[in-house]
Amino acid sequence: MLEVSDVHLILGGKAVLHHLNLRVHEAEIHSILGANGTGKSTLAAVLMGLSGYQPASGRIVFDGEEITRLSVTERARRGITLAWQEPARFEGLTVAEYLRLSQRNAKSPALSPEQCLAKVGLSPEKYWKRAVDATLSGGERRRVELASVLAMQPRLAILDEPDSGIDALSIGNIVDVIRTFARNGTAVLLITHHEEVAAIADRSSSLCGGTILKTGDPVAIARFFRNHCQECQHVNVPIQEEVHYA
Amino acid sequence: MPDASAGLTVLPSAAADFEILSDSYATSGGDAAGLRDDRIASLVVSHHRVLRAHSIPGVRIEGRETPTGARATITVQPGTLAPAPVHLCFGVLPREGLQEIQAEFFIGAGARVSFLAHCAFPNAVHVQHVMDARIHLAPGAEMEYSETHYHGPAGGVEVLAKARIVLEEGASYKSLFKLVEGAVGNLRLDYQADLQRDAVCELDARIYGKSEDRITINESLYLNGENSRGLAKSRVVAADRCVSEVIGEAVGNAPHARGHVDCVEILKGPFARASAIPKLTVIDERAKLTHEAAIGSIDKKQVETLMARGMSEEEAVDVVVKGLLR
Repeated sequence: MLEVSDVHLILGGKAVLHHLNLRVHEAEIHSILGANGTGKSTLAAVLMGLSGYQPASGRIVFDGEEITRLSVTERARRGITLAWQEPARFEGLTVAEYLRLSQRNAKSPALSPEQCLAKVGLSPEKYWKRAVDATLSGGERRRVELASVLAMQPRLAILDEPDSGIDALSIGNIVDVIRTFARNGTAVLLITHHEEVAAIADRSSSLCGGTILKTGDPVAIARFFRNHCQECQHVNVPIQEEVHYA
Repeated sequence: MPDASAGLTVLPSAAADFEILSDSYATSGGDAAGLRDDRIASLVVSHHRVLRAHSIPGVRIEGRETPTGARATITVQPGTLAPAPVHLCFGVLPREGLQEIQAEFFIGAGARVSFLAHCAFPNAVHVQHVMDARIHLAPGAEMEYSETHYHGPAGGVEVLAKARIVLEEGASYKSLFKLVEGAVGNLRLDYQADLQRDAVCELDARIYGKSEDRITINESLYLNGENSRGLAKSRVVAADRCVSEVIGEAVGNAPHARGHVDCVEILKGPFARASAIPKLTVIDERAKLTHEAAIGSIDKKQVETLMARGMSEEEAVDVVVKGLLR
């Protein structure tokens, strides 16, 4: 479904993604494990086509079509979307309006906007008329973001650390939401640095120094991550130095 | 001069003006039926003519014509809980003209009332609308004032709106000024509030400037009473060659007074200009004042978030702007 080949991204004169290769299959949950600063959110931005994240080289192919140069809108209309780790806030836009706008282009949505909200653990009675602004906590805003992606019913959902800022007791709910995507036929690229969340995936990849080191069984990748990455000394060190280290 | 006070007064010769103003009132989002409803207090002034001044028990509306406009006195009796918003409608229908409104509001102790004001200048080529309001809230009174303007496309309107608000102990005042349809022209808002002990005041202005519009907003909060709280908020979108300046001022002059100045201005296009000048003065060391101001283009992340849901860039910008000015 998604094939990323040899993508190289340079930001501020430094290589941030380094000849990265990745495949995501139809309706699979594919987790990306990586420590802070290894390029996880950057990869999400490149796949979504955000401004300033145009690869210097490499190809991104979605459903057999090259999308490397397509705009965010064009990618979204082909079924790709992104839930930001720190989602934008909108003054004057209610949760109801945001979810309805998100569902506007969905052909046959499995869930209504209200159901999407309930699915992420937010009561429609309480949140429907709330604004998607600074009055929502970080955790609430991330849940609304997940609900909006559910409402859109994309073919590929890139979820950038949806578990970030969510209390431990609610992680199960987020995991359930991620599984709902897959049940509805949406592939999920799940970016996280929590092993237990990554473990729900069908496959996992380990990202380090802006490149995918390993892809395979989530348990094996989590073990690899635990043994090689979490205490990695070159986290947040510019990639040019990292390449030699790795 | 005719005195249109206390009771229904519609001059037959003014019926056509009333109809046109009602239409403009509806165009700017108002409920025109409210202007005719005898259960609702209302005041309608077209250019220099008071077309209607209707009182209800507890809310007295007096309108007197002047050579250049009208003098209005609105008195809400102490303890009155107004069942519906008072409707105010001011307009100038000719292409040119001056309308000066002097308005005095007396809100009695413990009364609670809201106002829906609509100002319509649909044909303006060179119209000046001057509002000079004195608003007095007695202890414990609550007043909300929502004002929406509808200007025609020519941009030939000059609005000079001044309000001096006095809030006695425990009084509460909230205002919302909106001008998001049509051309602004030249707009100058000058609001100043004097807050006594435990009083609360929120001043909120939302304006969409385009073309050659000029916008100046000056909102001042004088927190003179202990525990008084004030918010001066403004949201401006400046497109084309519009120039906007927002001055938000708060003076902390009493123990535990709290004031906040909050300004967001968005520029659309390379020729629009915006400035924000927060001015905070603390006189009593136990007062606390804060401000935040953001000026720039539309937040890229907001736009890209909506684009990631399938909207075009233009649609996404439209959603962001409309939300901000709502």
